[in-house]
This record gives sequence, structure tokens and C-alpha cells, in this order.
Amino acid sequence: MPDSVLEVGGLRVGFRAVEAVRGVDLAVARGETHCLVGESGSGKSVTALAVMGLLPRGARRGADRLRFGEADLLGLSDRAMGRLRGDRIGMVFQEPMTSLNPAYTVGSQLTEVYRRHRGGSQRAAVDRAAELLGRVGISAPGRRLGQFPHQLSGGLRQRVMIAMALMCGPELLIADEPTTALDVTVQASILRLLANLQAEMGLALLLITHDLGVVARIAHRVSVMYAGQVVETAPSAALFAHPTHPYTRGLLASVPVPGKVRRDEPLGSIPGTVPRIGPGFQGCSFRDRCPFAMPECAIEAPLRQRAPGHAYLCQLPP
Amino acid sequence: MRLRDLATGLGALIIAVTALAALFGPALVHADPFAQDLTHRLVPPVWMGGEPAHPFGTDQLGRDYLARLVYGARISLLIGVSAAVTSGLIGTTLGVLGGFFGGWVDDVVMFVITCRLSIPLILVALAVVSAVGSSLAVVVLTLGLLLWERFAVVARTTTMQIRNLDYVAAAQAAGASRAHVLLREVLPNIAHHLVVVATLEVALAILLEAVLSFLGLGVPPPLPSWGLMIAEAKDYMFFSPWVIMVPGLALFTLVLGINLLGDGLRDLLGASRDA
Amino acid sequence: MRRFVIRRVILAALVCLTVLVISFSLTRVAGDPAMAVAGPQATAEDIALIRKNYGLDRPLPEQFLSWVGAALQGDLGSSYLYRAPVADLIRVRLPVTLTLGLVGIIFAVLIALPLGILAAVKEGTLLDRLVMLLALLGQAMPSFWLALLLIIEFGLRLQWLPIAGLDDWTGYILPGLVLAFSAVPALMRLTRSGMVDALRSDYIRTARAGGLSRASIVLKHALRNAAMPVVAIAAVQLGFMLGGSIVIESIFNLPGVGYLAWESISKNDFPVVQAVVLLLALIYVVLTLAADMLNAVLDPRLRAAG
Repeated sequence: MPDSVLEVGGLRVGFRAVEAVRGVDLAVARGETHCLVGESGSGKSVTALAVMGLLPRGARRGADRLRFGEADLLGLSDRAMGRLRGDRIGMVFQEPMTSLNPAYTVGSQLTEVYRRHRGGSQRAAVDRAAELLGRVGISAPGRRLGQFPHQLSGGLRQRVMIAMALMCGPELLIADEPTTALDVTVQASILRLLANLQAEMGLALLLITHDLGVVARIAHRVSVMYAGQVVETAPSAALFAHPTHPYTRGLLASVPVPGKVRRDEPLGSIPGTVPRIGPGFQGCSFRDRCPFAMPECAIEAPLRQRAPGHAYLCQLPP
Repeated sequence: MRLRDLATGLGALIIAVTALAALFGPALVHADPFAQDLTHRLVPPVWMGGEPAHPFGTDQLGRDYLARLVYGARISLLIGVSAAVTSGLIGTTLGVLGGFFGGWVDDVVMFVITCRLSIPLILVALAVVSAVGSSLAVVVLTLGLLLWERFAVVARTTTMQIRNLDYVAAAQAAGASRAHVLLREVLPNIAHHLVVVATLEVALAILLEAVLSFLGLGVPPPLPSWGLMIAEAKDYMFFSPWVIMVPGLALFTLVLGINLLGDGLRDLLGASRDA
Repeated sequence: MRRFVIRRVILAALVCLTVLVISFSLTRVAGDPAMAVAGPQATAEDIALIRKNYGLDRPLPEQFLSWVGAALQGDLGSSYLYRAPVADLIRVRLPVTLTLGLVGIIFAVLIALPLGILAAVKEGTLLDRLVMLLALLGQAMPSFWLALLLIIEFGLRLQWLPIAGLDDWTGYILPGLVLAFSAVPALMRLTRSGMVDALRSDYIRTARAGGLSRASIVLKHALRNAAMPVVAIAAVQLGFMLGGSIVIESIFNLPGVGYLAWESISKNDFPVVQAVVLLLALIYVVLTLAADMLNAVLDPRLRAAG
């Protein structure tokens, strides 16, 4: 895609005996919300960490393409990557309760990120921090700046995290399950916030989640991950209207999405659990749980197109 | 991981050798640790040009170093283990009671622990020994009555951790008496933490006895406590440094061995980090 | 915050009182001070006279109260040995011991902290193992033996440093180093484990995601959170050092409170013993209190909890 902010091709990540990510292709365009959906263990968080260069020691990362804007992320040193992080790429994590340093005030943590990349005076950084706190919907930002994280609720802390990720006006925001640890009522407001911010700032948003309700709410494009691979990718509406990969269909059948499920349809479920894939695995990773499995599935799961922009990994025709 | 096992094994080996020396040494080494021979004073060890009759040399009164080392091993191990057992009983009782019952019982236990921590150990030990007179028994008793605080702290913390677990509640619900719960449910499940503490306390007791003896207020002469040997040799160390090297190395090696074993046990038994 | 302080202070006072009672009883119960003062040649009359002079014939509680009363006014009794006020004896020697302790803890922190941080940052590498080996060896080393070894090496063979007495400030170096060595292993291990935990935490991940520099992440964000238990332990270690000063001061011939303590104990100079025990306990309690305070300053969450 010509105006894609982030382009990932063939991403592979391994830890000792487990292949967590096995050839992921992903693209996020400017102003687009791309949701990466999957159960826990599917490798979606690892994908995000791999893009950011935040994998733990001992992890192996490889890719055919890993491009952010005009920068090739694969060859970047950790120091060079550090210049991008927090500046042009922001990231928000799942656990707001523990993601902020308890020993420093909210304001000092925000201003530190800003001054690290933009320099300038403390005064200017404080103003910017206050401005962003206001943008993310925090009232009395001046007072909040002087508070410590333990004085804020989970929802507020997550807003602070978002503000921190946006301090330098990034082009791409990666959000890893930003609402999972929050109350349902707070979830909605955070999602609304993210959608608004994206519209205002022209952000590219890569949102990782296991919750199809979130996807339905704000995604433009969706990639469904299973056992380290993207098994289906499509525009959001198309995915819900025509789920093609058996896993996607199983997911949609088992999770009631408000507005998209008929009242009298029974809830399905997918038997079994997500496997851990070791090196040397061949064929479709879903075949042990798939109602349509064929002998050919043990050999390969080819990439097929259902429609332009709607691809999936399966032997079955569209 | 393998390096850790190696280290633990080394520790166990050191302790085993020391224990064997303590048990069988006096029978195997013919020299008498108390026999003075003023014609053979300060003979250096065999590898420094001494005589084969005295493989580790002799001290300032002509007594055979090897014999004294071996006898001293007995003293060190005896004191270390006895003190650890005594203090273990005291500390564990205090800690379990405080951790299990909580409330004012715990407050009292914490207060006692704080008071004990506030008194410098060496000072009290010195005072007691000097007042009562120095002997092996006094040293053991004093150390045993003073070294219990780590037992107490660890016992208390671990008891508090398991007090609320289901199997304790189940026992209580089944009508078990408190004594039963404490002895059969709590104690076995905190035992591994205490074992680790015990090994480290043995090492600490041995070191402390050495310090006390060094200061002249520990094991009385002519008993060959390694600390006492160092003290006696101090005056001669400027001319013959090896006089303090031999007992010093023995002490260092034994304590090191015990610490290695203790660390290994901690990993093996999965005991908590602050044990 | 104020409640926190008040509670700690009250606790400290109670502990001191208890220690005082214990030390008082210890010296009285263990033996007869009058006989110790009188010496082996004394007659029964001499002993009785001494007993009366020193007020040792009054009931124990009365002796205790009068001692406390006098102590509160700064009168800690008279040394049997030196025939001088105990307060004066202590006053002259205390600065030496305190300086020694300070030198010791500074050395200890200067050695242990950087090594512990280094070991944590390079966790699992050879450097980490070497640092841990150093901690292990340090723990097994008897301090008095190390002192003697250092004396032989640095004082005698290389002749770099003084080995006895206090002609100038260099006389603190060797004893300070020996004291430090007793605290370094524990401090090093604690720093390392605290940093390892801190570096694994979520807020460090946030800091890395924000592109902060390595130095800032390790030294500012992680260290601040890892420091708390280290501070508490450092204060405790300083307390232990005061106990260790007894041995060190005698080996290096330093005129401090530790040496005084040993001397008075071995010669049954009870007024001195009592006063010294109380003093050391007081210092320890104050140190623990200070450590608590420091922790409250470092960790904002503690202030709220009180």
C-alpha cells in the first residue's frame, strides 16, 4: 500500500522452543484503525513488541519486510529504534495499574518523554503535557500533573498512558489490549477517545484485542491471528458479513456481537485450545480444531483471496 | 543451572570433609593438639620447608597445627549446629505463633524481635560470657539464645502466607485443635524455608564463635577454637604470616561451604528469597 | 505523614526502654559488681564499703530508677576502671566510632551499589556470576581475619596505609574497608535483586516504549524503585557495623566506643557497659527510624498508608 505507515512482511519471532509468530503480514495506513484480533497465545502482543523492538532478551526476530514510513526497522540499532519510540511510534499497554512508575509524578513522566525527543524547556514540556491531558479527556490537568500514579484510577491512568504515547505527535499508535483491564463502562469511553484522537490527529492505529466487540466498534481493517499467523484479513464490515476462514467463523459464532447476531441463533464454540508451535511445523495450525479439515491441510494452508483486500489462509475455496 | 549444582556440591563436599575430620580426625592424626613442644615452635608447614612430622606446622607453643585444626573442626561444628538448633526452636516458635495468631500476639512477637535486633549481638554475647565465665557450654547457650531472629522473621512471614490457604482452613473446619493445625499443617509446609535459614545460621554461629574467641571471650584456651588460634597467632603474624593463614583459611572454607550448601538448598527446596 | 512519625517514635522509645532494662539486669544478675571493683585482694569490709559507695546495696528497682534519672540529666555514672564520668569517656570516643561507621557505610555503598546494578543489567552473563561470587566470598570471610590479612599486605608489605592508631584521617581507611566488607555482600545481593525486579516491571517497559535513554531507564527509573529495600538494609548494616566496630577497633587500636565496650566488658566495668549498650541500642533504633523515614520519602505510596 503506497500510503501505509507501517508495513510488516513475513515477521517471525521465536523464543527458545516456541515459534510465537510465524510469518505475519500486516499493513496499517495513515488514518486507519487496524485491529489485530486473536485469543491469548496467538502471538498478537508479540507481534507488536517485535515491531517496536521491545522483545525480551533471547527472542529471535526475523522478517522479509519491516518498514515504518521510510525507515527500515530491521536494520536499526536499539539506540536508533529508541529515537523512534515515543516520538514517531507510540505504544500503550494493557495494564494501566502497573505501567506507570510509582515513584515519579504523572507530570514528570510525561515531560521526560517530551524533552527526551524534542528538547526545549521544562516550561514548554509542562504546557504540552497539560494540553495532552486535556485532549485525552482528563479534567483539571494542572492538578493531575503533580499527582502520583497511585492517586489515579485505572481509567485515568490509561488516559495518562495514551497522553504519554502522544506527547510527541506520533504517526503510529500501537495499543495492546488497552481496555481489557478496565471496567466495561470505562472501556467504551477509552475506545471513543482513541477513535476521536485518530480522527483529529490523522493517526494510524494498530489496536490489539481479543474482543470482537471492540473490533466491531472502531476497526477499519481487521487481521485475525491464530497460532502465530494471520489467518484472515479484511475490511471490518467484510469480515463480519463474510467470515471465510473456519477459525474466524468459529469465533464469530461463539461470541455474540451486538447488532450482528440473530437472536435465535445458538452460540457456538470451538473445541480444543490454541497450540504452541515448535519449529518445523507444517501445514495449517488450525486443522486439529477445524470442522472442515482435509488431508491436504497437513501439508499447507495457501493464501487465498476472497475479494480485493480480503485474504485468508486455508485450503477451502471462498 | 549446572554451575549452581556444582557450587552446591562443592559446599556439601566441604562440609562432609570437615565433619569427617571432626569425627575421625583425632583418631587418624596421632599428634596431640594440646602437647606443647617448645623445641619445635613455629615450624612452617611442609610445603614451606617444614617437617613431615608436622604437615601443617606448629604454633607458638609447638603444638601440631593439623591436630589442632582437626580438633577445632569439632568445636566449630558442635557450636554451629547446637546454636542453630537452639535458636531455631526459639525463633520458629515465636515466628509461628505471631504469624498464625496475628493481632496482639503478633504485635508482641514483633516487639520482641525489634528489641532483639536493637541490641548489638557481639556486645551481649561478650557481656554474658564475661559475666558467667567462658566455656564451651556458655558459648553455645549464649549464641543459641541470641541468634533466633532470622528464624522468627522467616517463620512468621511464611506462616502468614499459608495461614489463609485452604488446607489450613479445611483442617480447622474439620475440628482440628490449634496445636494440631500448627504442628501438622503449618510446620511441615514452612519447614523448607527454615532448613535454609538453619544452614545459614550454622555458618553465622561458627563465625560469631570465632569472633568471640578471637576477642578472648569465647571458648577458653587451651581448646583449639579456630578463632582463638588466630588470636594467639596474631603476635607472630608479622614474621610468619602462615600462622594466621592456616586457621583462617579453615574457617573461611567451612563457612563458604555452608553458605554454598545453603544457597543450593534454597534453590532446590524453592524457599523464599529473604530466607 | 505525621501519624507515621509519631507511631515510629513511640515504638522506638519503648524498644529503648526494654533494652535498658535488659542491659541493667544483665550486668547485675551476672555477677557482683562490688567484688569486681574491689579486686581479688579485697576483704569483706572493703567490698561492703564499695557496695555502699556505689549504691549497690539498694534494691534493684531503686538502682534502676536512680540510674535512669541520672542518665536523663546526662550523668551516666562513673567508670570503676578509669574513675572518670562515663559520659566523658563516651563523649571523647564516640566521634571516632561514628566516623568509622560512616566511612564503612560509604565504602560499602560505593562498592556494592555499582556492582549490584551492573550485575542486574548484565543478568545471566559472566560478569553477573563474578559479582555474585564476590558476594559469596565476602559473606564467608571472617572480618577479623580479613583485617589481619589487610594489615599484613597493605600496612606491612606495601607500607601504604597505617595499621594502628589514628595519626590522621588515613587511619580510617583500612578499618573502614574491613567494616565495609561485612556489609557489601548483603547490599550487593539486595541491589541486584531489586534492580532485576525493577527492570522486569511494566513501567520500565513503558519507559523503553517512550524511547528513554538506557542511562535514564536504569539509573533514574529502575534504581529509584529498587533503592527502597537497599536503604533499609543499609541502615541495618550500619547498626551491625557498630557491633563489628568492637572487633575492628581493638585490632587497629582505634580509641572508639567499641574498644571501650570490649575493655569494660572484659574488666567488668558495669557502669560503662550499661551506658554503651544503651547508646548502641539508641543509635540502632534511630538508624532504623531514619531508614523508615527515607523510605517514606522515596516511595510516595508509603506516606499515604501511614
